[in-house]
Order: sequence, then C-alpha cells, then structure tokens
Amino acid sequence: MTAAAPTAATRPTRIWDTFSRNRLSWIGLALIALIVLTAIAAALIAPYDPLEQDIVARLEPPSAEHWLGTDTYGRDVLSRMIYAARISIVVGFVATMIAMTIGSAIGILCGYVGGLFDQFMMGLLDVMLAFPTLLLGLMIAAMLGASLENLIIAIAITEIAPFARIARAPTITLKQLDFVEAGRALGFGPVRIMGVHILPNMISDVVVMGSLWMASAIRTEAALSFIGLGVPPPTATWGSMIREGFDNILDAWWLAVFPSLAILATVLALNLLGDALRDAADPKLRAE
Amino acid sequence: MIHYATRRLLLAIPTLLVMLTAIFVLVRLVPGDPAAVILGDQASEASLKILRAKLGLDQPIGVQYVAFMHDVFTGHLGQSLSSGRPVIQEVLLVLPSTIELTLAAIIIGLLLGLPLGVVAAVKRNRWPDYASRIVSLFGLSFPAFVSGILLLIVFAVELGWLPVLGSGDGGGLAGRLRSLALPSVNLGLIMMAYVARITRSSMLGVLGEDYIRTARAKGVRPPRLIMRHALRNALIPIITVVGLYFGTLVGNSVLTEIIFNRPGLGKLILGALNARDYTLLQGLMIMFAICVILVNILTDLAYGLVDPRVKYR
Amino acid sequence: MDQVVTARAPAVDLREPALDIRGLRTEFRIGGRWHAAVRDVSLTLHANETLAIVGESGSGKSVTALSVLRLLPGAGARIGAGAVIFAGRDLMRLSEAEMSDVRGNAIAMIFQEPMTSLNPTMTIGDQIAEAIVVHRGAAWAFARAQALRLLDEVKIPSAATRLDDYPHQFSGGMRQRVMIAMALACRPQVLLADEPTTALDVTIQAQVLRQLAELKRAYGMAMLFITHNLGVVAQIADRVAVMYAGAIVEVASVADLFARPMHPYTAALLRAMPRVDRYAKGLEPIPGGVPALTAMPSGCAYAPRCPLKQPGCTAHHPDLLRFRDGHHVRCPVVLPGAGQ
Repeated sequence: MTAAAPTAATRPTRIWDTFSRNRLSWIGLALIALIVLTAIAAALIAPYDPLEQDIVARLEPPSAEHWLGTDTYGRDVLSRMIYAARISIVVGFVATMIAMTIGSAIGILCGYVGGLFDQFMMGLLDVMLAFPTLLLGLMIAAMLGASLENLIIAIAITEIAPFARIARAPTITLKQLDFVEAGRALGFGPVRIMGVHILPNMISDVVVMGSLWMASAIRTEAALSFIGLGVPPPTATWGSMIREGFDNILDAWWLAVFPSLAILATVLALNLLGDALRDAADPKLRAE
Repeated sequence: MIHYATRRLLLAIPTLLVMLTAIFVLVRLVPGDPAAVILGDQASEASLKILRAKLGLDQPIGVQYVAFMHDVFTGHLGQSLSSGRPVIQEVLLVLPSTIELTLAAIIIGLLLGLPLGVVAAVKRNRWPDYASRIVSLFGLSFPAFVSGILLLIVFAVELGWLPVLGSGDGGGLAGRLRSLALPSVNLGLIMMAYVARITRSSMLGVLGEDYIRTARAKGVRPPRLIMRHALRNALIPIITVVGLYFGTLVGNSVLTEIIFNRPGLGKLILGALNARDYTLLQGLMIMFAICVILVNILTDLAYGLVDPRVKYR
Repeated sequence: MDQVVTARAPAVDLREPALDIRGLRTEFRIGGRWHAAVRDVSLTLHANETLAIVGESGSGKSVTALSVLRLLPGAGARIGAGAVIFAGRDLMRLSEAEMSDVRGNAIAMIFQEPMTSLNPTMTIGDQIAEAIVVHRGAAWAFARAQALRLLDEVKIPSAATRLDDYPHQFSGGMRQRVMIAMALACRPQVLLADEPTTALDVTIQAQVLRQLAELKRAYGMAMLFITHNLGVVAQIADRVAVMYAGAIVEVASVADLFARPMHPYTAALLRAMPRVDRYAKGLEPIPGGVPALTAMPSGCAYAPRCPLKQPGCTAHHPDLLRFRDGHHVRCPVVLPGAGQ
C-alpha cells in the first residue's frame, strides 16, 4: 500500500465544512465567544469592583442596584461572576493546552518507539487513567497547596494521560504507512518524522478532544474551588462563590444559583463545540 | 464460561501488583514527614526518630516495599493517623452508606438511561431524539456539586419535600429512602446522561447492520427487533462505557456526599487529605484500586454473558 | 414429488404470475433531492420459475428486490411509484404490520453477505426457529425441532449438535445454508436471492447453487435471483432480465439471451465474460462507466458507451418492446420502433 502523505490541509477543511453546517456548533461557538469576551472585558462590563465590600448591603436578593444580589460581605454577585469567568477560562485553557502538548508528545513518543518503553509508560498511564479526574486533581492540589499556578498544574496533570492515549493510537497506525518508511529511507531523524509527518495527521483528533477536555477542566476547577483547594479568597471564582452559596443555602439562594448557571453555560458551550467537532471529524468519513 | 472467568481472574493479579506498586510510589512522593504529622510541630527530634523507626520509615526503600506488599496481602492496612483506629475499621464504618448511594445511582442511571437512548436511536432526528440529546447534554455539563446544590435548593429548601441534611438515622426505612432520594437522583441523572448517550450511538450503529435487515426480512416486528436483535448487540459498547464510568461515579459521589452531608468514603478522603493522614489515604487508595480491578473483572464477565464470541476465544 | 432431477426445471406455469412488478420506481435522496435508482421496472415472475436479474453494481438490481419487500433503508429512500402484485394484493398498499406478515412467510429473502447477515448473539437454531414462532405462533420447542429438520435439509453436518452454535462458529458456505434454511422455514412461495453466492469461494458457490435449485424444486417456489455473474445465470435461471442504470434493457429466456443477445449492453456483457468453450483473443471490457444517479442522461442511459449509438438515442428514452415471444428489448437501433 502506497499512501501519499495525507496533507494537513485536507482534513481540517473537510472538518470545517461539516462543522459549519451544524446549527448546534454555532450556538456553542457563539456562547463561548460571549463568555470569553466577557472575561476579557471584565473591567469594562462589571458594574462594581468585585472585591468591594459593603457591610450594610449584605446578603441582599437581586434588585435594581445589584442585579444578581450581594454576598455575605456585601459584594456584588454579578461583578464577581464576571471576574470569576477569567479564572475559569484561563485555568481551563492553559491547563488543557499544557496537557495537550505534554500528553501528545508522550503519546507520539510511546507509539513511535514502541517496545518495552511503550509497555511501561502505558502501564503507568493506565493507572493514572483509572483514577477519577476529580480525585487525582484533589490529591495533587492538596499536596501542592492552593494557588492559581498549582491549580493549573494539578488539572493539567490529570489530563495528560488521556491525551497521551489519544495521540498514541494514530501514531501506531501512521508509523506503519509507507510515507514514514520513505522518510526513514531518506535519512530523516525520528524527531523530524514525528514532528513533521506524524503530528499533523493526528492534530484534528487531538484538537477535537481539546475542546471536550477544556469543558472537563473547567468542571474540575469549579469542583476544586468549591472544596477549597482552588484560588484562595478573596478572589472570585465560580466554585468558591457556590461554596458560599452552599453555606448560606437556607437564606440566600441567589448566591449558589447564578454562578451555577455560569458554569453550566460554559461547560455546555464547550461540550456542544466539542461534540460538533467530533461529529465533523468522524472516522467514518475518513478514507482509512 | 467458567473457564473464561478463571482466566480473567488470573489476569487481574499482575494488574493488582502494578497498581499497588504505583500507590506505594505515589504515597511516598507526598512531601512531608508522617512522623511530624503524628507527633505535631513541637515534637523533639529524638521522639521523631523513634516513631520513624517504629513506622519502618528509616529502612531502605526496597525493604519498605516488601513490608508494604506483605501488609496489604495480610490485610494490615495500618492505622489512621488522625483517629488511631485501624484503616479497615474506618472504611467499613462508612462503606454501607457509600454502597447504598452508588447502587441507587446505578439503578436510576440504567433504568432511565437505557430506554432514553433506545428511543433516541429508534426515533432518530425526530423530537424524542432531540429531547433525549438535550437532556443528555445537560446531564453531562452539570458538575455533580452544581446539580446537587440546585436540587437541594429546589426540593429541600424551597419546596421542603425532602430533608436538607443527614442520612436519616431516624424514621426507619422511609426515612432512609427520603434522605437517599436527592443524592441518588443527583448521581443517577448524571449517569443517565452518559448511558443515554452511549446507548443512542451504539444502537444507531447496530440498527444499520446487515443482520437487522435480515431479521426484518424474516418478518420480525419492531418491538422484538429492537429488544432481541438490536439492543442485545448494542450492549457491548454500553457495558464498556458503564465500566469506565465507575471512576467518574466515584468522583461525583465524593461531591454528592459533601453536599448532602452523608457519611461515606468521600468525606473520609477529604478528611484524610486535610489532616495529612497518610496511612488512611494509602489505605483508601488501595481499596479504590481493588474496586477498579473488581469493576473491570465484572465488566469483562458481563461481556462474556452478552457476546458469545468472547467466551470462545 | 418424484421427478427426475434434470439441469432444467419442469415446465414453467405461465398462467398465474407469482409476483408481478409493475412500473416500479425507487428513489434515493442525495444532496437534498430525490433521484431514481430504479426507473419504471416491470417484471413478471411465474410460479416455479427462476428469473435472474443481471447487471453491474449500481444497476438497481438489489434495490429492486429490496423494494418488493419494502426493506429500503430508512429516511433516505422511498418508493416513488409502481405496484407489486402478490396473491391478488398490491404489496405497496399494505400497512407495515401486514407487510411484516408477508416477509419471511409468503415471500422470503436471502442476502449477499453471510458473515454479517446473521445475528452474532443468537444461536442459529433460534434464528431459524424465530421465523416459525413469529409467523405460526408455534412454541419454541416445536420451532426448534423444525429448525433441526431444516438444517438437515440444507445438509449441515451433525445438525443436532450445531443447533446451539453461534454464527461465528460456521464457515461462509455453511452460514449461507443457514440463511437459506431460515428463509425456507415458513415455506414461502417466492424467494428473493440477492447475490447469495457472490461472497463465497467458487467451489462452495457451486454447491450452494445446486442446493438452491433442488430446494426450489422441492418446495415449489418461484425464485428471483440477482447476480452480476452471467455464468451463474446460465446454471440456474430459466429467464433473465438485464438491468442497466435502473432500467431493464432486455428480458429473455436464458437460451435466447445467450444465443442471440439483442441489446448492445447484453452483447457487451457476454463478450466481456471469459468462456471456456470458445477461443477468445482476450477479454473485452466495456469502456466508460455507469452514470451516477444524480447525473442520469435524458434519453438512453447506455448511449454514451454504446457502439451502435445514433443521434436520436440521446433525445428520447426508449421503450421496452417485444422482439419475439418472451424476448423484449429496449433499443431503437436494434429494434426499430422502440424509440418515439
């Protein structure tokens, strides 16, 4: 079987075609764009300073002055929510990017080198994969301590194994194709083959999973913040806001409900996006 | 089938060994000195040394490893650093509550998820399909604690139907069921979303297969066609996903137990983390590893029941 | 019935058609529009006869058979026009429930891929018995006993022990026999066979064909046999219909067709076939390809590839006209008067 190297150009364009026809993908895209813009323009949009306390106006239900109410320190919930979007988006994006890069590198390496190294790494990764994302993140965050950087590291570590898995399988298939043999015959070093020839052919798979895993990362970040292992107060994060809402659940329902909706909207949008991307890149459409 | 089962059980042993080794390594990686944790900051260096010797921490790592393996296989999982009680005892105290919750969640998840997925596949691209997919999407997007809190607010706080806290020691069976209701619904609905999704996609794949067409050509009517021919074959990927879901289920039940203030392994883990209780953590991780292996074995056995090709390999 | 088993079937009963397909038009939805894969197909299948439908892939032969039993895949296919008369009723007008009664009962069908056409999680005994349970309301025990008898008839060795085996434990040829047993379970009057031997080895192919012919005789069925292989046609059929691009271009008895093929396509098919009994310089493939469903030319569909093409061929779609008794052709060049 002689296969011409499937160029990196053909797959993404076809994916885009299918993707753009799906209505749901546009909803997901629009929603995410909205949230990201809100996060970026937080300073412009937020009516109040998220850290500004107003003891007199503690625990007030939604009103004309405070559209989403105030929390136990009298801080405006809406403003805090808008600023909290930053944390979630940044953590989700950066952690997933790190995991994607490191994980894919490991996966490609394992798939390409094979043999005992591959078996050993896979055993290790399987153990990691067996652990629930939340528990793993919990343990790592507890070990490292609560801070923004540690949170990103913890979540990134939980996602490395899945990405490694995703990158390894196509590598094994691809490395047996003729064009890789040809490359080796021409004297290309393994790094060049892995980077230039194997990587572009699996990038769509990896990117598709990236979207879905970013959704998962934001979910985990919220959960860790809820438990108290996220960014320390008084910074606003959706998870810690919900925690506050939980502590005051009998008196102030708005504290928990609105950040919950924010998390839901974000995760939903990313899931829609990721689903649409995955359907568009469906292996059944591929010539393999 | 027996043959297949024994083979599967034997294969589990090396996996168990690898997992135990990994746990051993992970726990030793955690920064901090267990002796210092037990005796506190004010302890003298001398007493620390004595305690370390007692705990076997001053031995070379190889010796520690052998001792660890020996302990695990003889059932000595150590004592909790914070409470002083044996780890096994701590776990057994809360295990029934967790098992109760998990079983209820699985029952709800499967009972609701399977039909939802089947309907979505059979009525593809019509409104039941869209409705089912939307429900699934929401179920997948809600973090477990968010949905738990929302359920709590709606049903317990606002409507007052169900208790807000506790695991219902009072009120007998009815009381237990009432306090089990919300948390198991919380977990169950999320699982339902996963199950519905994989069921739909698996059914869609199966419905396009040739043998379905043969069955139709034989005159088999839709009810039997779906149940006996399609679903039976669609179960294989569904079982895989349900098995894999176990990990997520554990994570979600930790959150659920916090929200609904139920005793269980979840709270135990949190407590252990907060108190830096290494022995308890280690013990819990070992228990978890065993559970994962058990779930994998059960999944494989389930395949054997559903797919005759597996048994005869 | 004690009859001498000969190479040719006993006299065909010409009075009552077992199956009468009239003006069948089946369409597929491609790119949002409906295109015809089967265009105005009319065929008559008589009791006790084997009518073969021959054509390349994409000629619409399989779709025709599937249309008869209304087994088209879901939403992207529909029957646009036509009637299929069976036992005095138009199958196209029946409700889905009534149709289910007919399928596997009065009309049965066997398919091309024995590997994938059997349910992997059901024993073959159950799969055969199922037809009897569904249509006769029998108890499973009785149905399984019948299944055993059927397995013996299709000559599966050690049938009793194999009743509880699964499809993956059988070879391709045996699976096809199981399919045949399944189809015959309720003693159908008509058997639709969609390339049942195409996926089998040549030696197995011969066995299965022989068996089909014997069973057909024993059960007194009419058979519609779909294939792309003219050699098979010569072995098993009484009459042949040649299909091209969704339309029938020639119908004749097997003897007539092979002796005197009229339509240029039929002639080309025969020339392209390797023959043991004649010296040939080489195989002659037919240049060009079948037009896509979405790009069907007006006028004669074969014209672009036809060596006898005339200017009028692309203008009008020719009719199927009678050349002799039992021999019809759709070609105005060969049979003047077929065009308008």
